[in-house]
Amino acid sequence: MYDLNKILVGLAIFLLFFTFPILYGMGSAVPAPKPKLDTPEIQKLTDKKCVEDTHFMRTSHMQFLNYWRDKAVREDQRTYDSKLNGKKYDISLQNTCMKCHSNKKDFCDSCHTYASVKPYCWDCHIEPKAAKESM
Amino acid sequence: MGIQFSLGVVLAIAVAALVGAQVKGLQYVLGILLPYAAFATFLVGFVWRVLYWAKSPVPFRIPTTAGQEFSLPWIKQAKLDNPSTLPGVLGRMFFEVFLFRSLFRNTKAELRSGNLVYGPSKWLWLFALLFHWSFFVIAVRHFRLFMEPVPGFVQLFDHLDGILQVGAPPLYLTDVFFTLAILFLLGRRFLDAKVRSLSLPADYFPLFLLLGIAVTGILMRFFVRVDIVGIKSILVGLATFHPTLPDGIGAIFFVHVAFVSTLLAYFPFSKLMHFGGVFLSPTRNLANNNRMVRHVNPWNYPVKVHTYEAYENEFRDIMKDAGIPVEKE
Ligand code: HEC
Ligand code: HEC
Ligand code: HEC
Repeated sequence: MYDLNKILVGLAIFLLFFTFPILYGMGSAVPAPKPKLDTPEIQKLTDKKCVEDTHFMRTSHMQFLNYWRDKAVREDQRTYDSKLNGKKYDISLQNTCMKCHSNKKDFCDSCHTYASVKPYCWDCHIEPKAAKESM
Repeated sequence: MGIQFSLGVVLAIAVAALVGAQVKGLQYVLGILLPYAAFATFLVGFVWRVLYWAKSPVPFRIPTTAGQEFSLPWIKQAKLDNPSTLPGVLGRMFFEVFLFRSLFRNTKAELRSGNLVYGPSKWLWLFALLFHWSFFVIAVRHFRLFMEPVPGFVQLFDHLDGILQVGAPPLYLTDVFFTLAILFLLGRRFLDAKVRSLSLPADYFPLFLLLGIAVTGILMRFFVRVDIVGIKSILVGLATFHPTLPDGIGAIFFVHVAFVSTLLAYFPFSKLMHFGGVFLSPTRNLANNNRMVRHVNPWNYPVKVHTYEAYENEFRDIMKDAGIPVEKE
C-alpha cells in the first residue's frame, strides 16, 4: 500500500461521517413519544375523536392546518364540516385545536421535539396558557 | 437501450417494494434487513475499493496541470494549479473537491457554419455543484430521523433549508435544487447526441435511482404524507440496533428505503465511487516536485549500474593515453 497513513485518515473520516448516528446513539433504545390526550376538554368528550380521522391527523395535520388557514384567511369560511362525523368546527388554530389539545407541551411539542420541527406559528398565534407557563 | 433497461430496473425495484410493503413479514425484510445489509455492503465495499486503489504504485508525479510549474525565480509559478508543496496541493484539492475546479474548465466543441469552435460551458459545472451540495445537505438533514436528541447542527441545516417558510411542512430548497440538477444531468444524456453516444446503463441507472429517491422523498413530504414519528422510531431503532416496526407506515416509505438501499449497495461497485476516487486522483493530489525530489519507481528491480566515476577509474590510463579529458587526474 502506498501513502497508507493519509488514506487511513481519509477512510476514518468517511466511516465517522456515515456511522455518526450509530455512534451517537450508542445502542441505547429511545422510545417514540406518546402524545398525551388527558386534557379537560377531551375528557369531556363522549366520542374521543379528533376533527378528522386519527391517522390522517397524525400524518397530515400540518397540511390540514394550512388548508384551514387558507379557508379562513383567503375564503372567509370560518366553519368546517368534519368528514369524519359531520360535526361542525370553528376554523381556528387557537380556539379549536388548542382548546382540546390545551396541553401543547405534552402533545404537539412531544412529537415536534422528537421530529425536530419547530412550527413558527407561535410567533404570532398564542399558545394555550398552561403550555406557556411551564415553558 | 440503456435508458429503457435502467428505467425498467428502477421501476421493478419500486414495484417489488410496493408489493412487499403489503405484507408485514416482508416489511421487516424491506425496512430492517435490507437497510442493514445494504449499509454494511456500502461501508465494507467502499473501504475495500479504496484500499484496492491504495495498492497501486505511484512511481512519479503526473503534472497534467493548468499552470506554470516551479521554475527559475523570475518565472511566476501557478502555485494553485501546479503546486510543488503540500499547502499548494491541499489548496488544489480543496477547490477540486468542494468546488469542482476541473469541471469549471469544461469546454464544448461545436460545429458552427462548418467550423469547429470551442467555447466555455459552465452549465454542467453549475448543476453538478448544485446536485452534490444539495445531496450533502439532504444527507445531513436526514440525521434528524436517526438521532434522538437531534444535534444542533442538524437542526440548523433543517432550518436554513426551509428558510423560505413556503407551506407546511415548509418547502426545502435542496429538494428543488436536487431534482432540477438530476433532470439536467439526465436531460444532457437524452438530448446531447455526443453524450448520448457514450452513455451506458451504468450512467442512466444511478440517475434514475437518484431521481426515484428524490421523487419518493418529495411525495412523502408534500403529497402522500406518512407518519414521521413512526418512521423515526424505525430509523432510530436501526441506528441503535433495537429494530422496531410500527404499524401504519405508508408503502411509499418502503419504496424510498428500497431505493436508498439499492444505492448504498450499488455504490462501491459503480462509477459513484468517484466520491472516494476524487481524493485519490494522482493528477490532483501529487505535488509537482519531479525535479526536486527523487521518486523511486517502486517496482524497479535492482539495476546493475556502472557509474561514470567507476568507468573512469577503470579506463583512466587508456583515456589519458588517447588524449581524452578526464575528471580526476
Ligand atoms: C374535539 C376535540 C379536538 C379538537 C378540536 C382537535 N383534536 Fe386533535 N385529537 C383529539 C382526540 C380525542 C384525539 C385522539 C384520537 C384517537 O386517539 O383516536 C386527537 C388526535 C390528534 C392527533 C394525533 C395524535 C396521535 O397520537 O397520533 C393530532 C396530530 C391532532 N389531534 C391534531 C389536532 C389539530 C392540528 C387540531 C386542529 C385542527 C385538532 N387536533 C383538533 C381531539 C381534538
Ligand atoms: C403524532 C405526533 C404529532 C403531534 C401530536 C403533533 N404533531 Fe405537528 N408535526 C409532527 C411531525 C412529525 C411534523 C413534521 C412533518 C415533516 O417533517 O414532514 C409536524 C409538523 C407540524 C407543522 C408544520 C411545521 C414544520 O416545520 O414542518 C405544524 C404547523 C404542526 N405540526 C402543528 C401541530 C400542532 C398545532 C399540534 C398540536 C395541536 C401538532 N402539530 C401535534 C408530528 C406531530
Ligand atoms: C406572521 C404571523 C403569523 C404566523 C407566523 C402564522 N399565522 Fe396563522 N394567522 C395569522 C393571522 C393574522 C391570521 C388571521 C386571523 C383571523 O383572521 O382570525 C391567521 C389565521 C390562521 C388560521 C385560521 C384562523 C384562526 O384563527 O386560526 C389558521 C388555521 C392559521 N393561521 C394557522 C397557522 C399555522 C398552522 C401557522 C404555522 C405554520 C401560522 N398560522 C403561522 C398570523 C400568522
